[in-house]
Amino acid sequence: MIMDGFPILSLMLAVPLLAAVGCLFAEAKTARALALGATLVNFALGVLLWASYDIGGAQWQFVEKLPLFAGFSWALGIDGIALMLIMLSVFLMPICIGASWTSIEKRVGEYMAAFLLMETLMIGVFAAQDLYLFYIFFEAGLIPMYLIIGIWGGADRIYASYKFFLYTLLGSVLMLVAMLWMVNAAGTTDIPTLMGYDFPPHAQTWLWLAFFASFAVKMPMWPVHTWLPDAHVQAPTAGSVILAGVLLKMGGYGFIRFSLPMFPEASAQFAGLVFALSMLAVVLTSLIALVQHDMKKLIAYSSVAHMAIVTIGLFAFNVQGLEGSMIVMLSHGLVSGALFLCVGVIYDRLHTREIDRYGGLSINMPNYALFFMLFTMASVGLPGTSGFVGEFLSLAGIYQVSSGVTAVCATGIILGAAYMLYLYRRVAFGEQKNADAAAMPDISLREWLMLGPIAVAVLWMGVYPESFMAPMRKDIAALDARVARARPEGDAKLAMGKPAAGGHEHAVHEAHGGEAH
Amino acid sequence: MNAIQIIVFGPLLAAIVAGLGNRMLGSVAAKTITTAGLFLSCVLSWPIFLGFLGGSAEASVTPVLHWVQSGSLTFDWALRVDALTAVMLVVITSVSALVHLYSWGYMDEDPDQPRFFAYLSLFTFAMLMLVTADNLVQMFFGWEGVGLASYLLIGFWFRKPSACAAAIKAFVVNRVGDLGFMLGIFGTYLVFQTTSIPEILAAAPGMAGSTIGFLGYRLDTMTVLCILLFIGAMGKSAQLGLHTWLPDAMEGPTPVSALIHAATMVTAGVFMVCRLSPMFETSPTALALVTFIGAATCFFAATVGTCQWDIKRVIAYSTCSQLGYMFFAAGVGAYGAAMFHLFTHAFFKALLFLGAGSVIHAMHHEQDMRFYGDLRKRIPLTFWAMMAGTLAITGVGILDVFGFAGFYSKDAILEAAYARGTELSQFAFVLGCIAALMTSFYSWRLMFLTFWGKPRWAGSEHIQHAMHDAHVHDDHDHGHGHGHEVDGTAGYHPHESPLSMLVPLAILSLGAVFAGFVFHDGFINSEQFWNGAIAYNEHLIHAMHAVPLWVKLSATVVMLTGFGIAYAAYIRDTTIPSRFVATFPQLHGFAFNKWYFDELYNFLFVRPAFWLGRQFWQRGDVGFIDRFGPNGAAWVVAQGSSYAKKVQSGYLYSYALVMLLGLVAAVSWALAAG
Repeated sequence: MIMDGFPILSLMLAVPLLAAVGCLFAEAKTARALALGATLVNFALGVLLWASYDIGGAQWQFVEKLPLFAGFSWALGIDGIALMLIMLSVFLMPICIGASWTSIEKRVGEYMAAFLLMETLMIGVFAAQDLYLFYIFFEAGLIPMYLIIGIWGGADRIYASYKFFLYTLLGSVLMLVAMLWMVNAAGTTDIPTLMGYDFPPHAQTWLWLAFFASFAVKMPMWPVHTWLPDAHVQAPTAGSVILAGVLLKMGGYGFIRFSLPMFPEASAQFAGLVFALSMLAVVLTSLIALVQHDMKKLIAYSSVAHMAIVTIGLFAFNVQGLEGSMIVMLSHGLVSGALFLCVGVIYDRLHTREIDRYGGLSINMPNYALFFMLFTMASVGLPGTSGFVGEFLSLAGIYQVSSGVTAVCATGIILGAAYMLYLYRRVAFGEQKNADAAAMPDISLREWLMLGPIAVAVLWMGVYPESFMAPMRKDIAALDARVARARPEGDAKLAMGKPAAGGHEHAVHEAHGGEAH
Repeated sequence: MNAIQIIVFGPLLAAIVAGLGNRMLGSVAAKTITTAGLFLSCVLSWPIFLGFLGGSAEASVTPVLHWVQSGSLTFDWALRVDALTAVMLVVITSVSALVHLYSWGYMDEDPDQPRFFAYLSLFTFAMLMLVTADNLVQMFFGWEGVGLASYLLIGFWFRKPSACAAAIKAFVVNRVGDLGFMLGIFGTYLVFQTTSIPEILAAAPGMAGSTIGFLGYRLDTMTVLCILLFIGAMGKSAQLGLHTWLPDAMEGPTPVSALIHAATMVTAGVFMVCRLSPMFETSPTALALVTFIGAATCFFAATVGTCQWDIKRVIAYSTCSQLGYMFFAAGVGAYGAAMFHLFTHAFFKALLFLGAGSVIHAMHHEQDMRFYGDLRKRIPLTFWAMMAGTLAITGVGILDVFGFAGFYSKDAILEAAYARGTELSQFAFVLGCIAALMTSFYSWRLMFLTFWGKPRWAGSEHIQHAMHDAHVHDDHDHGHGHGHEVDGTAGYHPHESPLSMLVPLAILSLGAVFAGFVFHDGFINSEQFWNGAIAYNEHLIHAMHAVPLWVKLSATVVMLTGFGIAYAAYIRDTTIPSRFVATFPQLHGFAFNKWYFDELYNFLFVRPAFWLGRQFWQRGDVGFIDRFGPNGAAWVVAQGSSYAKKVQSGYLYSYALVMLLGLVAAVSWALAAG
């Protein structure tokens, strides 16, 4: 590690926070520039963080610890999983500022401040090593999002922001109670310690459920997903990008950081519940996405279906499932963010999200159509894009547990293709039946700069995902070892029939271990 | 950088340059780059193929890049070349290069040519990745990649609603197959702990007799895996049940139909079964399914092909039918014959499609054969090319002397089916012979309707448009006879296609005439050529040579019969078809409406999906979850606050009372707990 002792994580928290304060007192033009500058600085710091992250080194790196009071401490530190999610956040942030450049005209300073505050809180969630500190970041993240939807949102923004707040707060209260109990029982607020602490199985059940209430809403899992379509529809473009890109990942991060390592037995116990909800989510929300008239709602519903692939992968209790889920999260962060940007690009021109108001955009906006096609394909999981790698690994992981769950969830690849291509057809193909849509200019340089980098990242992750998987490998392996004791017996296991004819199949047979005869 | 890397990545590079360069480069530059790239690939591919044919080349794997490494599940980008790949290499690059060239002429007036050529090259790249795959996942990459290119090219004329619908249908139906393929890969990984094709094939025989859990049942391992993978093959190769997208795919430009929907992509399923042949050999049940589906498809598609009017749809159903032949050849264990038919079919079917394109070009985009007729003398070069294709597909030839391409490959398949000797293979043999009769019938029907008889062009709206454009002032007689069969030329003069279209036709004609004769021994009889690339069944080869003479002659007999019927019905007495339809309206309707598959699927899947979507949304999310969830909570809060309002009286003493009560409660709880 090049940066021994240098508090880079604190710096990454401080930069946007200071800029946020600055934005509050700045006029529109300055606030935009300040916000863009701060997020770019943070992105540069993120790249530095990634570059100096020691792959295969200590589990927790860039550790900072400053005891404050009553066992509560300013403890930061990251592993590979947190690193990747922080990278996702700092990568999307300048793009969000870019997306708000012209579309936000009122209270620009406050808007930029809210976004910058959000960045601080997001990084905080992924970097916190103290249970209470995590909770503060996790919950405080609601507030700027609530404001962004409620102040800069669409016509029905109050209902949406209230629904968003109500849902997410509900789960959080239970999580706080569970955290208090845990600290009391384990005698520490240190997350790495807690990750190795064996809570008694009966207590795990209740703790798991309390955490689940919070994470399931954040994911969101069926049936607590109905806040998401409304929140997306009402949020400004950049709000949707961050919501889909990063905030939804907090649920998955919660499962991977808390539920699985801290309560492995309970996780195994409730895996069936998670599978059932996920299967329902894939099928139901995909079908619902098929009949949407509102572009943002369609993509929001598709997010629910994709997040269900994350949850089944996580609860597959094996390396492929876990790694697949992480890649799905990263990929979905990029792809759904990009899709919301694509919606934003045409929303800025025509001020409607109604699919039928568009059509034939390939004719007057060929570059836009190209980007939109790429992200559509990434969303349906075409091999060569990021979407495939994650989905494939997740499903490969879950297949080892249950072929039935895999078969049901894999229908998502059919339904996903149906609703995304149907959307694409209505927006980009066909005749130019609306004169105003036909008059829209192709994407500007600013929009190029927003969509281009995401396109590169999506293809990079699809063709050479090793860059993103390598930092997480040892952490996933550690988690896999931690949950190994609760690993379920798969239903698809091999059983040899006739006596083996040679040594080879014996080796394969042994490799599987414990199959049902 | 060796040859195979240039062969595979050249087209990708060309596609990127032409696609992103698009307007900046201009049409000519984009066309030149992509076409040159493909001809380079083609020139490099043939020596590889000939090397394997001569027995001098060795199978090799060229690693490219790591892809995914997740626990024990690892797969990399790599290019595998063996005899099987080599066959596909020459088929893909040759047909693709010729189709690129052909498109110079065919797409000449299209404003979007760079995009078209970029898609063509992108397709070729994906197809090459598919056939050079060393592991199942890269094969899946190519599999889906060609699906994407096919989607883009079917929907190339994206302003047409029918083209958009066909493009989506192709992608989604293929995804149904891909679901099977994906589950097959997962299962294969679970069983073998690898996705590497050579390792799987080596370990497959050892899995005989083992069982695996699937959807709650315990089933024979290899049967489950092979059937799952075969479902993928059914989707891509448009086999019965998942075939519905192929005829609609004809919405794409004709060169696309020739390249993707005849010669290359649709044969990917056959390639997959052959590539995994040692695996399929371990499961008689799966092979029986392959045989059955193949035979059924070959029969079904032929029946539909006999009564279509659209020239491209006839050839599309013909393709579907020929793919059925390849599958049942594989199903009975004659993988060499399946690959041989794939090889010859690529040439003659590409020829037929490109020839049909030339006819359509000559007839001003009219595709309905009812408005053709008497084109033999008007476009003689196209006619002779189509004739070569027809002689090849119907399998004209004289035993032990000479035959056109299909004579060798189709006969080999029928002989293998007969020689296999099982009940199912006999069934396949019978269906194959009936389908061969119908193949001959619909092919000659196409020829007779198009090139013989009197001109019937006047009824065509396209021709009328052409004439209208030519004589804007001379507009009497227009608006009459739309959609009706009207005799006459309407003053239209069909024009022979430009050289860029005729050269590919000529080259493919050579293939259609000689491919069977020249390569017959190498594909069918030579174990040394395949060299372990496919499962080689020596007993079957011997049995094939030992079939009775009547079996060897049966294909020729049914071919002549089909020709005779077509001749009688479309040359001698042209009232026969309408009288037949009048006599058997149900039978004709059933075949003409493609056995009502589209209607059935629409009723079973498409409409319910939308209906369910609306129900889950309006009744589920809005009507139930929201109503009793957040909105219900809001209602409770609103009600509660209206009570609370009454308590907020503003009188100091009532607040003091509440505070006191609260304090008492807190203290007593602290005491009790403490």
